Amino acid sequence: MPSDVALSRENLGFQITIFENGGVVIKLFQLSENTLEALTLRIETGVSVSASKNMYSLMSSSPSISSSSSSFLGQTHFDSRNPNARLPTKDSWICKCVATPPTETTAHTTKVSRNANMAKLQAGYLFPEIARRRSAHMLKYPDGQVISLGIGDTTEPIPEVITFGMAKKAHALSTLEGYSGYGAEQGEKQLRAAIASTYYGDLSLEESDIFVSDGAKSDISRLQVMFGSNVTMAVQDPSYPAYVDSSVILGQTGQFQKDVEKYRKIEYMKCNPENGFFPDLSTVSRTDIIFFCSPNNPTGNAATREQLTRLVQFAKDNGSILVYDSAYAMYISDDSPRSIFEIPGAKEVAIEVSSFSKYAGFTGVRLGWTVVPKELLYSDGFPVAKDFNRIVCTTFNGASNISQAGGLACLSPEGLEAMHKVVSFYKENTNIIMETFISLGFSVYGGKNSPYVWVHFPGQSSWDVFSEILEKTHVVTTPGSGFGPAGDGFIRVCAFGHRGNVLEACKRFKQLYK
Amino acid sequence: MLIPRIYLALQNGRVGHGTKVPRNINMERLRNGYLFSEICRRELEHTQKYPHAKLIKLGIGDTTEPIPDIITSAMAEHAHALSTIRGYRGYGAEQGNMELRNAIAQTFYRDMGIKANEVFVSDGAQCDISRIQMLLGSNVTVAVQDPSFPAYMDSSVIIGQSGNFKDETGKYENILYMNCGPESNFFPDLSNTPRTDIIFLCSPNNPTGHAASRQQLEQLVEFAKANGSIIIHDSAYAAYITDESPRSIFEIPGGREVAIEISSFSKFAGFTGVRLGWTVVPEELLYSNGFPVIKDYNRIVCTCFNGASSIAQAGGLACLSSDGYLAMNAVLDYYKENAKIIIDTFTSLGLKVYGGKNAPYMWVHFPGLRSWDVFNEILEKTHIITVPGTGFGPGGEGYIRVSAFGHRESVIEASRRLKNLLK
Repeated sequence: MPSDVALSRENLGFQITIFENGGVVIKLFQLSENTLEALTLRIETGVSVSASKNMYSLMSSSPSISSSSSSFLGQTHFDSRNPNARLPTKDSWICKCVATPPTETTAHTTKVSRNANMAKLQAGYLFPEIARRRSAHMLKYPDGQVISLGIGDTTEPIPEVITFGMAKKAHALSTLEGYSGYGAEQGEKQLRAAIASTYYGDLSLEESDIFVSDGAKSDISRLQVMFGSNVTMAVQDPSYPAYVDSSVILGQTGQFQKDVEKYRKIEYMKCNPENGFFPDLSTVSRTDIIFFCSPNNPTGNAATREQLTRLVQFAKDNGSILVYDSAYAMYISDDSPRSIFEIPGAKEVAIEVSSFSKYAGFTGVRLGWTVVPKELLYSDGFPVAKDFNRIVCTTFNGASNISQAGGLACLSPEGLEAMHKVVSFYKENTNIIMETFISLGFSVYGGKNSPYVWVHFPGQSSWDVFSEILEKTHVVTTPGSGFGPAGDGFIRVCAFGHRGNVLEACKRFKQLYK
Repeated sequence: MLIPRIYLALQNGRVGHGTKVPRNINMERLRNGYLFSEICRRELEHTQKYPHAKLIKLGIGDTTEPIPDIITSAMAEHAHALSTIRGYRGYGAEQGNMELRNAIAQTFYRDMGIKANEVFVSDGAQCDISRIQMLLGSNVTVAVQDPSFPAYMDSSVIIGQSGNFKDETGKYENILYMNCGPESNFFPDLSNTPRTDIIFLCSPNNPTGHAASRQQLEQLVEFAKANGSIIIHDSAYAAYITDESPRSIFEIPGGREVAIEISSFSKFAGFTGVRLGWTVVPEELLYSNGFPVIKDYNRIVCTCFNGASSIAQAGGLACLSSDGYLAMNAVLDYYKENAKIIIDTFTSLGLKVYGGKNAPYMWVHFPGLRSWDVFNEILEKTHIITVPGTGFGPGGEGYIRVSAFGHRESVIEASRRLKNLLK
């Protein structure tokens, strides 16, 4: 660990936190290549800096601060949502530490062991990392006009018919007749019924098979808690990071192998242009659980009926449970299946997870659902739905009643029409982005059935491409390797954005790559 | 009569395909359904049996009074804003809106050295308890009060911290049950308590209603410090305290190095359906290897959660404005008045009543009787739902929990019926 490193003003962002007992943490950002470089700070009171990964801690070694040798690794509390933070510019940094008498001479550590599963995780979750890089970039280029096509965050206002439904529910909570307390943990009956009839009407799924939630991400973890640590799992490579990360947290995996960038015990099912972004099932080992997302995040590929039929058969032959993520189904333009339950036999092998986030712009409102068919049984014949119900009743307390009112409004005829309009808007963005990259000679995938465009940069490190694009065009994308090793060499560009921003971003891409 | 398909499958052996995925053994270990789902079920059965009886619900601690206008207007306003270009917001920070985190730190933890970045906004304490369990993992030992809120125990079983349930004792193996009865002033006897990694403590207590004194909490913090344990302090009912009892574990010096605190807007603002709460993880809280717990908790929140609803958070902010806070206190006073009426009722019948003073729960003693029997008799004869004490652990035997949430008329009517039955 270096103790003296050179300070460069140019690429610097920082945040200082000073603790009552004299410890100081300076969190530093420097955007260059994949890792943050070490930096020097001259501190009046004479402390030395130690660096580890992207965290810097100061050891108070000088008696003028305290006699403590405690070190604090501070938590970043950089608000990535605030684009207006400004940094005063100076040529050299002198940080004056005001010494305050410490209340204790040594920091207390508990005797509780850190959860070994948490220690297995590599770095932070992908999207906060993207947000951090974006914020650091904005600090560096305050006038840079950063355009975010990275995190798949919706941007267009929610149609009024839907927000009216939510406002109405909020007001009703102030009345005697309209007040409601705890709702059913599985969700409001009306909403469950509306979801069942809207999305699964012809598929013989009922209201009681639907579990309303605060979103797919939470549901994925609840499913993992339900499955426990003694199951094996398979994911697509690349895939939405929450499947792998939740698996690690629940103890289903072994250690991360840096050479192949995979966790032991997870079966990674490669999805690339060569196999049409559908795994070659003949090479996939049996696992208990198979996570499958279609339309896919990040590749944008929607599996065909024929492919899903084979997948269901594979799950059936292996006695596996398929966790099917259909959060982007509304983006399908052709006749690819929108639900796994369109495939005969799927009810005996699959759970489906979905969300209002990308349909209704509910990324902040928080509403989704999971379907667990009654026919889905564990090896001892016990119905999975019974355990999921127990999980939902014990580890959860229902989605917000206001969000659920919004969901119900979404599924009214007017609401459905309004949602389709917004989805069409984003799909038009997708077309623009696809055309741009195609015109520049890139191999481009996805897009047609999803809000994600998967651009190939053969032979290049995706973090390098990400950094170059960010540095030179001020557009945030997401590097493919963040989704798994087979994502390297690809960049995910998402189509959520105001039309003007998308057009501007494409203009900048054209300039960069012409 | 229609037989549900599930039961058919179990009776006939496997009907059609069954997977080869083993059921999670921890789920198998759980006894029965979650307590409050069970109460709901009994309520439904009773309503079907007596369709014309006016059921009074003093069981599940569900708030009943409307949320003050100032708060719901803020939520409605936020909803409307989501339809505008300027007001639309997508994903919020998983840890919560910074303004709200600040307001929580300022309102509840001023002078306790808790900073906004140590506050994690959530969709409620029940969810946070399970997120904390995911954080801790299966290799920690756990102590709970007996009786206590079932979510601590059940989540502990689910995550794999416990052994099997023993019918003889009514306890799960590997979990330490700290008896809390009138003899020990409803606080664990720490001199007789073995070390565990984690100690769940709820104060004011659900179900006993006891608020730990400063001295008791100082002892607990010292105990945790000496043992290198982590206290998970549930302060969801702190707003009901009427005396000098501490409202936060962080009022106790040294609390920041040994405790996580969870809390909720549910019973405070009537947000049981709106879903909003928070957890405080101080930066000083370190694992045995020096790693800060807050870093891992942040990772959990970013990976297993996606933030509380932005609309609920707008409501939370309004709750913590000076007008909002005043309005909410009026609702709290209403429930506290209910509690007084219920206490007086049982006391006048010669029954020993605990709690009620610092919490919206009354813990009524029926010596020598089984709590499910008392529950059934009260339900059958007065159409009042309560909660049997054993639902909270074997230490609850002989007690009934009565909650103070309800419309005034219902509480008065319940009081009348109970006097008739028990006089």
